[in-house]
Amino acid sequence: MLRIEYVYWACGLLLLAAGAFEFRDRRYPQAAFWTILAVCFVGGDAVSAADRTGNFLPAQLAGIAVIVLAGIAGSGQLARKPTDDSEAPRRRASAERLGNWLFAPALAIPFVTLGLVLVTPYARIGKFALIDAGQSTLIALGTACVIAAVAAMLLTRATVPTALRESTRLLDALSWAALLPMLLATLGAVFAATGVGEAVAHLVSAAIPTQSRDACAFAYGIGMAVFTIIMGNAFAAFPVMTAGIGLPLLVGRHGAHAAVVGSLGMLCGYCGTLLTPMAANFNVVPAALLELRDPNGVIRAQWPTALVLLTTNLVLLDWLAFR
Amino acid sequence: MNYWPLLGIAIVVIGFARRMNPALVVVVAGIVSGLLAGLSIADLLALLGRAFVSNRFVLVLIMTLPTIGLLERAGLRERAHGWIAGLHHLTLARLLIAYLGVRQILSTLGLISVAGHPQTVRPLLAPMAEAAAEKIDPALDDEQRDRVKALAAATDNVGLFFGEDVFLAFGAVLLIQGFLAQHGIELDPRSIAIWALPTAIAAFVIHALRIVWFQRRLRRNATALARREAGDAAH
Repeated sequence: MLRIEYVYWACGLLLLAAGAFEFRDRRYPQAAFWTILAVCFVGGDAVSAADRTGNFLPAQLAGIAVIVLAGIAGSGQLARKPTDDSEAPRRRASAERLGNWLFAPALAIPFVTLGLVLVTPYARIGKFALIDAGQSTLIALGTACVIAAVAAMLLTRATVPTALRESTRLLDALSWAALLPMLLATLGAVFAATGVGEAVAHLVSAAIPTQSRDACAFAYGIGMAVFTIIMGNAFAAFPVMTAGIGLPLLVGRHGAHAAVVGSLGMLCGYCGTLLTPMAANFNVVPAALLELRDPNGVIRAQWPTALVLLTTNLVLLDWLAFR
Repeated sequence: MNYWPLLGIAIVVIGFARRMNPALVVVVAGIVSGLLAGLSIADLLALLGRAFVSNRFVLVLIMTLPTIGLLERAGLRERAHGWIAGLHHLTLARLLIAYLGVRQILSTLGLISVAGHPQTVRPLLAPMAEAAAEKIDPALDDEQRDRVKALAAATDNVGLFFGEDVFLAFGAVLLIQGFLAQHGIELDPRSIAIWALPTAIAAFVIHALRIVWFQRRLRRNATALARREAGDAAH
């Protein structure tokens, strides 16, 4: 059966190759960075398995790895390689030659992913499922990427080392931004375990005039947006704000429609996601991927949409929840 | 209630505002919050490590990199650029609005990882948007180029966020349903997803209008520049 672990191992190999290439280029901080991350990917399942049996040592070692990775990132040693434009004429000639076939492997990633997700329920031999249904999207994406990579190698007559050298070049461009989504998810877990969310909800509900229906609705919507800006994730903000304000005040006291409160509350949170560097995989990683000079360039491009939409959501919430 | 762990949030805000390295800021904030909540060093390390490895899924996107890298080396971006430059009726606004609509509809159907920043924006949409912008203003400078690329990335985000909530089986709707059920409110997922529809439409209209305005501003700048240059030549 195709399991999510295999996808993580493939990611680990890719990171390990990046570490080896950087080491050969004598870029030691980068080499250490990608190698440590690779070990976390490959050893992740062993960590979780040991954790379940009450052996916390592997998890603690992973914790030390997290601190070391952040230290390397923060030391400013992860300088990017200067971009090389000498290849531009060769690329243009190759683009001429291969024409629209170049789009095929790129489009194979989404289409093969889609196809695999759709066949997952039927891909079985007897009772034996070929793809683990619980994680089908990620497994499908991982498999599609491998298929697309093979197609790209055949099309461009490249070898596996060339493919890995190219992924290293892109990882290099991403630099520490590649790590940020995982670190932020980790911070979310720490905040959840230390009761930060409850403390925020407590403070907000103490500050609003609870007898006013509109004040409660606006506090809930804006609270969702602001807490999402802090946490970088509307899913982390939702249970806290809804348990703190949405359910007791809006639904309980003022009789709001729970489905509307839940739905629009989450959407207010999404407006916050558009505004925060904490939502790294949507805002910071793309800025690095597109090699923008301003790391907040994507947020700058979307804040007007986010604010107008947040206002719209607040009006909708106040109107629809109390029909 | 222990309010001290809130200092972690303050560290994040100050760190980002002072433009310190975000990776370092985030880990320091986590350590400070954990210690102020009274966790021991051993428990804190285990908490960090456990959370880190169980969130590996957010980095699976790196699997796209070998394909994208090879294709870029073989001229994918040049090809995407050339293709758009040849389509005379395809303006920047039409390209981005069409992408926004398709992305939103695909997310509504639950097809979320079909597109994204590494899969479609960097190799395809961004160079296409640049080519479309060059048709408006051939003398596009680096800053404008960055703005066009950033708008392309923003368009992907808006399309994803405000489509996915309409999809019944997506995490957000299930999270809302599960949370409300825990608190004794049993709802059908459909009755939750339906309320995301007005926002989905509003998001499309608002962002599409902004794209049109962006294009208009680009065109105005280009004509103003051309007129000034023509004026200089006349003198």
